[in-house]
Amino acid sequence: MAEYIIETAKGKWEIVVGLEIHCQIISKSKIFSGASTEFGDDPNINVSFVDAGMPGMLPTLNKECVHQAVKTGLGLNAKINKYSEFSRKNYFYADMPTDYQITQFRYPIVGEGEITIDLSDGSTKKIGIERMHIEQDAGKSIHDLSPTKSYIDLNRAGVGLMEIVTKPDFRAPEEAGAFLRKLRSILRYLGTCDGNMDEGSMRCDVNVSVRPYGSDELRSRSEMKNVNSVKFVMQAIENEAKRHIEIYESGGTIEQETRQFDPTTGQSKLMRKKEFAHDYRYFPEPDLPPLILSDEYIDSIRAEMIELPDAKKQRFVETLGLTPYDATVLCENKEHAAFFEKAAAGHDAKKVANWMMSDFFAMLNKKRLDIAQSPVSAENLGNLVELISKEVISGKIAKDVFEIMSETGKSPEKIVEEKGLKQVTDTGAIETIINEVIASNPDNVSAYKNGKTNLAGWFVGQVIKQSQGKANPAIVNKLVREKLDK
Amino acid sequence: MATDTQTVKRTAFLSRLKIEDDKIEATKEEFNKILNWIEELNEINTDDVEPLIAVNNTPLRIREDEVTAGNCREDILKNAPSAEYDYFAVPKVVE
Amino acid sequence: MTDITKLTVSEALNALKNKEFTASELTEAYLHNMENERQYNAYITECADIALTQAAEADKHYANGTNRALEGIPLGIKDLFCTKNIRTTAASHILDNFVPPYESTVTQNLLDDGAVFLGKLNLDEFAMGGSNETSYFGPVVNPWSKDKPLVPGGSSGGSAAAVAAHLCAAATGTDTGGSIREPAAFCGITGIKPTYGRCSRYGIVAFASSLDQAGPIAQDVRDCAILLKSMAGFDEKDSTSYKTEVPDFESFMDKDIAGLTIGLPKEYRPDGMNPEICAYWDKAAEYLKARGAKVKEISLPHTKYALATYYVLAPAEASSNLARYDGIRYGFRAEGQHLDDLYTNTRTQGFGAEVKRRIMIGTYVLSSGYYDAYFLKAQKMRRLIYNDFMDAFKQCDVILTPTSPITAFPIGDESMLQNPINMYLNDVFTVSVNLAGLPALSLPIGLSATGLPYGMQLIGKPFDEGTLFSVAAKIETDAKFERI
Repeated sequence: MAEYIIETAKGKWEIVVGLEIHCQIISKSKIFSGASTEFGDDPNINVSFVDAGMPGMLPTLNKECVHQAVKTGLGLNAKINKYSEFSRKNYFYADMPTDYQITQFRYPIVGEGEITIDLSDGSTKKIGIERMHIEQDAGKSIHDLSPTKSYIDLNRAGVGLMEIVTKPDFRAPEEAGAFLRKLRSILRYLGTCDGNMDEGSMRCDVNVSVRPYGSDELRSRSEMKNVNSVKFVMQAIENEAKRHIEIYESGGTIEQETRQFDPTTGQSKLMRKKEFAHDYRYFPEPDLPPLILSDEYIDSIRAEMIELPDAKKQRFVETLGLTPYDATVLCENKEHAAFFEKAAAGHDAKKVANWMMSDFFAMLNKKRLDIAQSPVSAENLGNLVELISKEVISGKIAKDVFEIMSETGKSPEKIVEEKGLKQVTDTGAIETIINEVIASNPDNVSAYKNGKTNLAGWFVGQVIKQSQGKANPAIVNKLVREKLDK
Repeated sequence: MATDTQTVKRTAFLSRLKIEDDKIEATKEEFNKILNWIEELNEINTDDVEPLIAVNNTPLRIREDEVTAGNCREDILKNAPSAEYDYFAVPKVVE
Repeated sequence: MTDITKLTVSEALNALKNKEFTASELTEAYLHNMENERQYNAYITECADIALTQAAEADKHYANGTNRALEGIPLGIKDLFCTKNIRTTAASHILDNFVPPYESTVTQNLLDDGAVFLGKLNLDEFAMGGSNETSYFGPVVNPWSKDKPLVPGGSSGGSAAAVAAHLCAAATGTDTGGSIREPAAFCGITGIKPTYGRCSRYGIVAFASSLDQAGPIAQDVRDCAILLKSMAGFDEKDSTSYKTEVPDFESFMDKDIAGLTIGLPKEYRPDGMNPEICAYWDKAAEYLKARGAKVKEISLPHTKYALATYYVLAPAEASSNLARYDGIRYGFRAEGQHLDDLYTNTRTQGFGAEVKRRIMIGTYVLSSGYYDAYFLKAQKMRRLIYNDFMDAFKQCDVILTPTSPITAFPIGDESMLQNPINMYLNDVFTVSVNLAGLPALSLPIGLSATGLPYGMQLIGKPFDEGTLFSVAAKIETDAKFERI
């Protein structure tokens, strides 16, 4: 893809970006307690004595969270560490009832991996994963109920998180966006995180630095916390890079700092001053012995792995003949890909893909429906394409048929039958119409004969119109020319 | 490794403990006395020694993913010095 | 009739089974003692009403023959165990109004066996101390005190004093660096810290999680065996709890010790050690030899470093475990304009001096720039100390040492108060055991010239408490120590 270079009057700059993404693990109970992970309940309902950090309470690790983490690690093509350790990260925070977070520090459950991102020009790029560890989420403070007080709800406290740390491999905002979309797609395929950034179940911290174009130095970075949409992540990178460049070019320096991105202005502001810098004093969690995973356990999860978007995309391109772009779009969402495969079975896959990506998605969007609620079934969409391929109906009629399908849910065959939309391929019937059109337009006929041969198209149009769209255009075209040239 | 008053102040801050100004010096002295004593550990070379983290060598057990706790808000809040509208209440946190 | 509060737990159980008196009568007798002996300051919270209700329940079980292992035995509970609906303070101002909505596993096990709870026993604040003088509720007085009040040892000082003065039949304790064994020794009674993982830590206010273990403090060895059987057991709520059978410890009491090898670590006999305690140590070894055990000098080469190792690791864990006492969810709160002020005011006013000292040290040794030099170093030293014991146990079955280099000292002793290290040095014979996670029992061996008890410590292999009971029973029989 084209390089992302920021050019100013004084020089050329490039950006170096890394992401840290917190993903809430899908599980019934919390990572270290038996309270529900249900979201949206009344305050402090899904809270156990462990979650509230009561004296003498001890954490116990949830099997499902480990399973989900290993599955995710495999999905990130990453090394699964058979030995990992939990650590305490110590800091005072109203939403963290023990005033330490149980996380993983020196020995995370997942090591290095990589994922491939798809860029808008059809190219791909590999982004390195540094590590992934599991930890507990914090509660939430509510600041708008009182002018003088904050209120603490611990329902979210203790929900399992996977923190994925990338290598600083991003060189353009678009790459970060593509990464988040791909990551979300993988997590949803695996069912390990729902990936909803707007609901906070996937949260992104962005580390940005810049350097003169072509150099390989690493300059101080600033970290922006909880940037909560793909669009904002890209915007934050762009604006933060500009801010760094302006400071460097006016002779200033950047200090490592934590900043808060403001979605309304697109700018960031300083969040944590240096004198308040934390010292997290990580040390091994004495309440939880090291976590040891066996090869058999990891292999059993490997055996459960389903086809992920990249593999599916490749298969769609190689065996179904889709373009890489179409395959990428269809594979981003597991349900879309499954629908497509079902619709394409036994039919022209490329045509099915075109239909899905145009009329079908447009219809779902317009009706604000999820693919699972689609009135047009996968089989019916496939059959509609089949009718076109077999020249039973024209592409134009097919659009009308699709419209009826999406209103009624009926099969295309039935609609064609009921409405008598079958394409006319009987040359006798078509010739009758052509004769009528020629007879009633003598001026155009003579114009044609005098050299305005492009009027043939007009005649074809008239014939199809008179046939109410049912006449096969190829046949009409051939016959019209034969008659006019006679 | 003798410590200084700045470090003592920072340690107090990290611990969320207040040391009155006139006690800083004495605290530092006491700190250094204890740290000095601890430093006798340096007599032993431990370069090739694995740190001992868990004494009884049990690998971590994992529990089934079942909802077995929660739904006890009254018990959660009843010891709170200040609770309002079913929340714990604290002075306004300015982000 | 003899004073029924002087009976051991096993004697009382027999008497209750034989209907010599009722559980209610026994409980009332202890409540009576508690009321008359408040000068010991052994209890922080007395719960007579609850005790009497439990005792009445126990009497029903005796009446219908469904009596359980500890039916109707009145116990004192160290105020570090959370007890449902009974105030639990950890002897700290910061928790002085805390009423847990849950029961610790160990106390639940005791309740399930029919025990009666008389109240919550005094201790050093958050179990940090060796003399019970750091309690927010004031010091406990050792029942052996003569002209001036002596400390009972710590941190389970209330437990040891209450058992020695017959203010309960037996008590629970916890031991992080000697907190069961030292007070048991100072008060002339018996206590055992089991193997790390033997008793669940669920519901016990944490001091140093990798070292804390619960155990009983009782009149004699047999009572400890009975109590430990009830208290111990695997608990899925504690990830460090060990999944193994709990044997019938009492059955080890009569087991022959002939052929066992008893190790005497040479490092526990430093130059200048009190000859009185050395003489008792030799005597204890003689008793065992006379019963056919072999006695052998062994070496635990890193003993010298155990205290410093302990005083890095325990405060480090404590600094994190005690962070939660911040004035938000429970306990004492001092107001503050901003949240950080509230935290700082609450903790500064809520914690006592020793606790604050250890939080500070613990914070320091974990902070960046010092972690490797102190914390990691201490974790490595812990490995060496652990290995010392594992090597020693290739040559012997049990290790015999004194419990403490000294006897009980006066409350308010100047040298102890002026330099905290002097107080820490009293733990010299006990902390290694916690670092290695081993079981160790202390029992009285005899009196000093000044008439104060000395304790002997037996250290066993992991999960081999049984052998400790076998050996301790023999020393107990031969030493003929007279309790108060």
